[in-house]
Amino acid sequence: MNVPTEYVLALSAILFVLGVIGVLIRRNALVVFMSVELMLNSANLAFIAFARAYQSLGGQVFVFFTITVAAAEVAVGLALIVAIFRSKHSIDVDQMSSLKG
Amino acid sequence: MTPDLLLFFSLGAIAVATAVGMLASRNAVYSTLLLVLNFVTVAVMYLALNAAFIAMVQVTVYAGAIMVLFMFVVMLLGGEQLPPTSRMRWQIPLAGVLGLLLAAEALYAIFSLRASPVDRPEVAVDFGSPATVGLYLYQNYLVPVEIASILLLVAMLGAIVLTRVERRQAR
Repeated sequence: MNVPTEYVLALSAILFVLGVIGVLIRRNALVVFMSVELMLNSANLAFIAFARAYQSLGGQVFVFFTITVAAAEVAVGLALIVAIFRSKHSIDVDQMSSLKG
Repeated sequence: MTPDLLLFFSLGAIAVATAVGMLASRNAVYSTLLLVLNFVTVAVMYLALNAAFIAMVQVTVYAGAIMVLFMFVVMLLGGEQLPPTSRMRWQIPLAGVLGLLLAAEALYAIFSLRASPVDRPEVAVDFGSPATVGLYLYQNYLVPVEIASILLLVAMLGAIVLTRVERRQAR
């Protein structure tokens, strides 16, 4: 696919902003978490675009490690959400205000 | 418009539409399925951007394993829908304004700077193939690979410890 790198970076930025908006407006903890995944994925897209622009495999290897860290993060994050659901019986992030002064 | 640009814009339109649908959907199950579609679309884009190995990893690990885990937890907790509340309604327009600002800044930065040394790079046929990436990975990044394996082990143990039911209290 022969498109300018700027176009791919623009798409990556748009997806990242959509992820940020998802974190800000959604109250369901699972959807907030999915928005974080969307942001990680858009950063990966930018890495792939730069790897092709600079003819370097370093970007692709970095994406590989990002996906590894994302998998670990999802495992621990979902375990945390399950533990919170067990104690509060809700996954509404507005309800998690026990530490509020 | 060249076929390449047509492919890029159709893939980009699908990716943005599924992301917006994920945010707008009230049901978390639909959000999960739309996010799977988004990840598969991005994987096709990786394939078109000379990253065949990463595209396959994206499909198996991201769209496959991670999203199945999400779907499992959504179904397990029954967290498909939350009751609507009127609290903090002002957050939504504020988030929209801030998001638009961030998007404008990022797009300005991308299009005002020269992002790449060449506009239309000519890449080798096997650039990003599993053999090339594997060789590069194990020749230059052996220690990070080992650290990543330890990280996955720790995450697995952490997930088990966090979700373990305390049996001592029940007795």
